[in-house]
Amino acid sequence: MPPLAQRNLFHDKVRLTVTLTGIVFSVVLIVVQLGLFLGFTAATSNLIDHSGADLWVTSKNVPYVEQGVPFSERKLNQVRAVPGVADAQKIIARWTQWKRHDGGQESVQVVGINVDDRLERPWNVVEGRVEDLKSPDAVILDELYKQKLGVTHIGEVFEIGGYRARVVGFTRGIRSFTTSPYVFTSFKNAQDYTNLRQDQAMFILVKVAPGAQLEQVRRELLDHVKDVDVYTSAQFSRMTTFYWMFTTGAGVAVLIAAGLGLVVGFVVVAQTIYATTMDHIREYGTLKAMGAPNSYVYKVIMKQAAISAVIGYALGMIVSSFVVQGSQKGGAAILMPPSMVTGMFFLTLAMCVGAALVSINKVTRIDPAMVFKG
Amino acid sequence: MQSAIAVRQLTKKYDEGAAGTFALRGLDLDVHPGELLMLMGPSGSGKTTLLSIMGCILTATSGSVLVAGTEVVGLSEKQLPPLRLAHIGFVFQGFNLFPTLTAGENVELMLDLKGVSAANASKRARELLEQVALGQKYDSFPADLSGGQKQRVAIARALAGDPEIILADEPTAALDSHTGRTVMEMMSNLAHRRGRAVVIVTHDSRVLGFADRIVKIEDGVIAAADEPQLAPPALVQPNQIHAGVGLV
Repeated sequence: MPPLAQRNLFHDKVRLTVTLTGIVFSVVLIVVQLGLFLGFTAATSNLIDHSGADLWVTSKNVPYVEQGVPFSERKLNQVRAVPGVADAQKIIARWTQWKRHDGGQESVQVVGINVDDRLERPWNVVEGRVEDLKSPDAVILDELYKQKLGVTHIGEVFEIGGYRARVVGFTRGIRSFTTSPYVFTSFKNAQDYTNLRQDQAMFILVKVAPGAQLEQVRRELLDHVKDVDVYTSAQFSRMTTFYWMFTTGAGVAVLIAAGLGLVVGFVVVAQTIYATTMDHIREYGTLKAMGAPNSYVYKVIMKQAAISAVIGYALGMIVSSFVVQGSQKGGAAILMPPSMVTGMFFLTLAMCVGAALVSINKVTRIDPAMVFKG
Repeated sequence: MQSAIAVRQLTKKYDEGAAGTFALRGLDLDVHPGELLMLMGPSGSGKTTLLSIMGCILTATSGSVLVAGTEVVGLSEKQLPPLRLAHIGFVFQGFNLFPTLTAGENVELMLDLKGVSAANASKRARELLEQVALGQKYDSFPADLSGGQKQRVAIARALAGDPEIILADEPTAALDSHTGRTVMEMMSNLAHRRGRAVVIVTHDSRVLGFADRIVKIEDGVIAAADEPQLAPPALVQPNQIHAGVGLV
């Protein structure tokens, strides 16, 4: 087939620019909003997903990780006594106040762990070591929140909940969905910082023994430990994510924005492809008069849409990758996993082809006799 | 001799207004291979409607139209395009070339519709352009061609489908007299040397001398038909046409 679609598309540079701008705008908007959604989703359940635990033991009716209720740490021994439990550690995850040097207060989420154990250790440590948390009053926080918390370097001393806190390390990319950064410390320090009694914990993390059935151990725990709920990490992660993303409406808003991106892109692309088709309507009439079946004309229009989609997608992803890179330094990470890169290609293609259907509907109704009208 | 086009009691009614409008009222006409027939008549007389129906572009209300032996009245809109493609070549007043394609590609497009492979289409398009003395304009875009050259490209495109019938709507209207004459000589050669049935709708009195027969239409009926001025020429069958036969 002579390159009619390509020529029609590239003939009018202004219209091509408008079409591609519409597609790029749409691609970037959808990628950013979906990426934000994924970033937020990952942030909501960061603590759970990186805990290394198989099961979470919580007080009754705890809806998400930030809403933990203290219970007696004696339950830890009850948990350890259940068959199939290889390891169990008490942890604390609770909001409290961080006092900056300038006297300002910031809300933080203190995460108290057993530094000698592998469960719920801070990850991506870029300065200092997790073992440094064994020293008195030691805390590790994420470098993203240095400015917010007024931290400039390791060794600085602050106050958390009225107790001394010394920064011994920094992590990278451990975001909190809320505006309160995570501050990792030893379990003992965390009790002080969060004003918990010496015999209280917030959660117990369980590592199941090799060969043990996860669900069976979960039921055993429910049978043997009173007044607790036991969730698999995946369950608790989903509960926490669902709460933040949907119960609060935050995720819905982001998803709506992504949907709007799709709608805006569709309208812009449909309008420009339609205008291009109308510009060439007489040519399509000539094609039909020459004996071309409708399918031949559709192929030309679809090809234009597909070419627009591929170019627009490529440009859109280049712009998006810069936006995604830029977001890594900010509080809200935009994630772009490979599945989204692939999915966006097909979504862009579908959007452009769908938009072309509007034009095809018009071309279907062309009267080839129009070629004899002047 | 079998007619290339045989029209019998052809009626076309447009559903405009309460009673509708008759564009053609029981018209009879035969067009023979090797004949150049001109349709004349005032605006609204029905000549373009007749050309459209003979070209399988418009459907008739009643009557019979045989195109290359096939009855087209009663065929669905889906059945008409293959007939057009197989038997009819069009030449339009406004040339109707594709402005974003080169002269060669315009001709190739028709060959592509006929299912000719890209390599053969390119070769054949070049031959056809050479036949209309535009071989050197293969890579030129329509915007870079004169009116006469555009119409010659349009003729080459019409011939690309190797049709038995050529239908032309005011092919010289947009051309000066010299260029118009060149185009008409080509049309005449198509009829007389290549055996095509050529039907031309025209208002241009300068080209009437090329006609074998002139049919005047008024109010949807044939008002007058001049007898052929010449005996039908010795026909050359379309399948006997070879590349390199000059049209000019």
